[in-house]
Amino acid sequence: MIRRAIRFLDQRSGSAPLLKKTLRYVFPDHWSFLLGEVALYAFIVLVATGVYLTLFFEPSTAKTVYHGSYAPLRGMEMSRAYASVVHLSFDVKAGLLIRQTHHWAADVFIAAIVLHLIRVFFTGAYRKPRELTYLIGILMLFTALLEGYLGYSLVDDLLSGMGLAIGYGVALSLPFVGGNLALAIWGHPFPGDPSFWSRMYIGHVLILPLLIGGLLAAHLALVASRHHTQFQRRSVPSERKVVGIPTFPGQVPRSLGLMIAVAGVLVLLGGLVQINPVWLWGPYHVYDGTNGAQPDWYLGWLIGALRLVPSFDVVVGNRTLVPNPFWGGVLFPLVVMAALMLWPWLERRATGDRRAHNVLQRPRDAPVRTGIGAGFLAWVAMIFMAGASDRALVFLGISYMSQIWFYRVAVWIVPVLVGLVAWRFCLALRGMEEVQAEREAAVRSAQPE
Amino acid sequence: MSRSRKAILGAVLLAGMALAALAEAQPPSGVTHAPGGSQQKQLQLGAELFAANCASCHGFRGEGVLTPRENGVGGATGQGPSLIGVGEMAPDFYLRTGRMPLEHAGEEPERQRPFFNSREIEAISAYVASFGGGPKIPEPKPDYGSLSEGMSLFTEHCAGCHQIVGEGGYVPGAKVPVLGHATPTQIAEAVRIGPFLMPKFPQSQISEDDLNKIIAYVMRSKHPEDAGGWGIGHIGPVPEGMIAWFVAVFVLAGLCAVIGRRLST
Amino acid sequence: MKSRTKFALAAAFGLLREAGRRKKQKPIIEAEGGDPRAELIVALLLLGAAACAVMFIVVYALDWPNMTQWLGLCLGGCLLLIAAALIYAGETFVPTEELEEDYPPIEHPEAQEELDQIGRESVRGFTRKRLLLGAAGAAGAALGAALVVPAASLGPFLDTESFYYSPWHRDRRLVDEAGKPYRAEEIEYETFYTAFPENAYREELAAPLVVVKVDPSELELPEGRESWAPEGIVAYSKVCTHAGCAIALYRKPRFPQAEPRPALVCPCHYSTFDPAEGGKVIFGPAGRDLPQLPLLVDSAGELRAAGNFSSPVGPSFWGVRTRRPTA
Repeated sequence: MIRRAIRFLDQRSGSAPLLKKTLRYVFPDHWSFLLGEVALYAFIVLVATGVYLTLFFEPSTAKTVYHGSYAPLRGMEMSRAYASVVHLSFDVKAGLLIRQTHHWAADVFIAAIVLHLIRVFFTGAYRKPRELTYLIGILMLFTALLEGYLGYSLVDDLLSGMGLAIGYGVALSLPFVGGNLALAIWGHPFPGDPSFWSRMYIGHVLILPLLIGGLLAAHLALVASRHHTQFQRRSVPSERKVVGIPTFPGQVPRSLGLMIAVAGVLVLLGGLVQINPVWLWGPYHVYDGTNGAQPDWYLGWLIGALRLVPSFDVVVGNRTLVPNPFWGGVLFPLVVMAALMLWPWLERRATGDRRAHNVLQRPRDAPVRTGIGAGFLAWVAMIFMAGASDRALVFLGISYMSQIWFYRVAVWIVPVLVGLVAWRFCLALRGMEEVQAEREAAVRSAQPE
Repeated sequence: MSRSRKAILGAVLLAGMALAALAEAQPPSGVTHAPGGSQQKQLQLGAELFAANCASCHGFRGEGVLTPRENGVGGATGQGPSLIGVGEMAPDFYLRTGRMPLEHAGEEPERQRPFFNSREIEAISAYVASFGGGPKIPEPKPDYGSLSEGMSLFTEHCAGCHQIVGEGGYVPGAKVPVLGHATPTQIAEAVRIGPFLMPKFPQSQISEDDLNKIIAYVMRSKHPEDAGGWGIGHIGPVPEGMIAWFVAVFVLAGLCAVIGRRLST
Repeated sequence: MKSRTKFALAAAFGLLREAGRRKKQKPIIEAEGGDPRAELIVALLLLGAAACAVMFIVVYALDWPNMTQWLGLCLGGCLLLIAAALIYAGETFVPTEELEEDYPPIEHPEAQEELDQIGRESVRGFTRKRLLLGAAGAAGAALGAALVVPAASLGPFLDTESFYYSPWHRDRRLVDEAGKPYRAEEIEYETFYTAFPENAYREELAAPLVVVKVDPSELELPEGRESWAPEGIVAYSKVCTHAGCAIALYRKPRFPQAEPRPALVCPCHYSTFDPAEGGKVIFGPAGRDLPQLPLLVDSAGELRAAGNFSSPVGPSFWGVRTRRPTA
């Protein structure tokens, strides 16, 4: 039976040799290699739940009056977009489950990408010949950030409207073209032309997902053609031979199990833990605002930067040349992105190492890189935490003003300290290993043959 | 003394200091209750309590202390606004929410367990009202029929500080209280008084009807419709991000560690 | 001769192998699988998953209360049980081998050379290489430009004049959310009002105002704005100049002697503006003062605009000029 299916397929497609090769493709099996897979599976969940949501969502700002089953909004005027999401949440069976699963998947998708990036960075997996794979990964991360932002902005609730206003302010602050670009995107000064909603929608459900999908395909194709990296093994010449479990039968139950587990965790969260309860926020108007407005976690670093930057515009005569949101909303993420993208080449230039590498380094094997990476991570993390300082005030009672001043200073000092400690720690670990090795050698030589 | 002994001693000292700090942070129990007890007339009880607990900042006849002097008139050392004409409403609000008396003049009054019992609060309120005129304690009747109007009004007037579900927030200079414990009367009082940095909304702006709608919305927001499951505080993305990282990603990364090989030899 | 015998031998061997294939095959998968106990556990896990999925359908059909939670539990449980079954199977009875494979060569110099050769030889006979290249470049660039130009229809993007538009003009009345005109006498101290232009669209940045009353003795408006605040009533754009959120907070001290002074605050990044000083930034990231709208009180005692804002409304854009907007 299986033989006949194989023969049928092979005779039509000629793919038997390729299939055989695929089935016996070797996966190095260190656990940290699976983090990227988690991101991939979260993306699959996103596409699946997202398609379902499009069947109910109306991307329109036309006004309507809500008459659904959620009492506090009944009789309120709102956009069709917002009304359709409230309707989906309360009056479509399983609608809320799918919506929440979608949102949790977005949060986890980007978190998994970040963890994966951290793994890749600290083990030097981006080195030649895998720089392209790495670059595509960074591009995907930033595309995913934009995709997520558009996703929660589409709903047109109070929080999303405030987020869009900030996005508009950031777009306006772009050098030279800010005003023109914002008009091209929004079609009209904020809140924009009604067609802006169609633009956002098609961006969120088609253009950006396609882009992510395309980048994902290229990312995976490059991984497959260059093969995975691996950690050093004593038993094999690791630079030449990759060791691991073949796709089939060994890897399939593991990866498939992980995929289904990712979906399971997300669905469980989607059913049990409330995320973005838009019915509580109410509809958006340009003249309304709520305290404690926050973006989803993955844009927290940007709100942190926007809040930390002191009042400082570049003004020439009666013209504002650089409006304030540029510093935190444009320059800061561009610096982060550029640093991440250029890193492989910067490192190559600094170390002069132009060889190809298949074997990973442990963080301690490259103390300088580990130090710089830890410092960089601490820098972004501090700014990220500053974004939640209004909530820290409410929960911990620490004065907002002192937090802001603390962060304004600490974002420059703490990263340096963290970097130095990480660097020193790596050296210490290596030193211990050397002592250990010497001791073993001494014991060996003391023992008679 | 061995090293471990020293460590233990240090830990004990540290714990002791922490306890002391904790005790320091406890609300001041230093209010004076009238000795006469239940036999006294209400106004007399109020006057005694006021003199003992309030007068150092508000003046003996509620005239306020604008320029405090060390050991000045009547030993007044605090600084506080005049209470003439505030009526029963303000003392009732500040005392029932434990916001007064303050430990230090000028600090933000925060909600805590009231320092006085109900009879004492009524007595002080009556005494303050006797300074002259002022509003009575309001008796709101939350109108549960018009939640959506209440929500719109709350969004326009209140959400900027109190957050749309009443979970509190920040305004430069103050921490905005969470509305979870506020009673309808206290909400009505606060809207009219404008405690600390809060605006004072007059009848001409928020009518009694509108106020009732707002109160109805706030009371409903205390137990919002958590159709999606565990509400994680109703403040949006901050706790959501924590769940994503500390629950979902933690579990999934742990699962990766179960599936994959953990050592690199 | 020798090679032919070798070939015949090999063919015969191959035929023999083909004949005995079913019985004696060299295994590809070296590891042996199988573990009766684990297989049973996996089967149970899968049956549990099936039960969860059935429960999901039942909950969906029966419209249980708290349906979202039950649905999530059933479906999530089902998925997690399947995942557990797969992972457990992988760890126990699915044959798991460790293979070695050569890494692919880092480069293919021959193929590179051939590619280069193909490139060179394909244009060997061309005589006007440069001209062709230039013409093709021109066509490509022009086509690209032609395809991009319609993007201009997305918005009036060369005309930034729309940023200077505001619905306010002299004599336009200030109305509340219900459309009722504000009267000067009902504006009180210690609170804030949201006002809209009468008979104008409200959902644009330049429409909403925040109105507060300041003791005239405390007003320190910039020069030339002395008449903008009749009876101490000042009006500002309700949209923050930093990133466009609504100025939804009014901080008003109960006891000004000991508390921070009155201020208008944006809840997004906590930019703080002083209403007594013409909307000056006193804290937070905003870099431009809040635009002030001059007011007048008409003969009926109602509030009207006395002109347009002091500067453009909404977040600053690159090159924004601090000139007064137009209606």
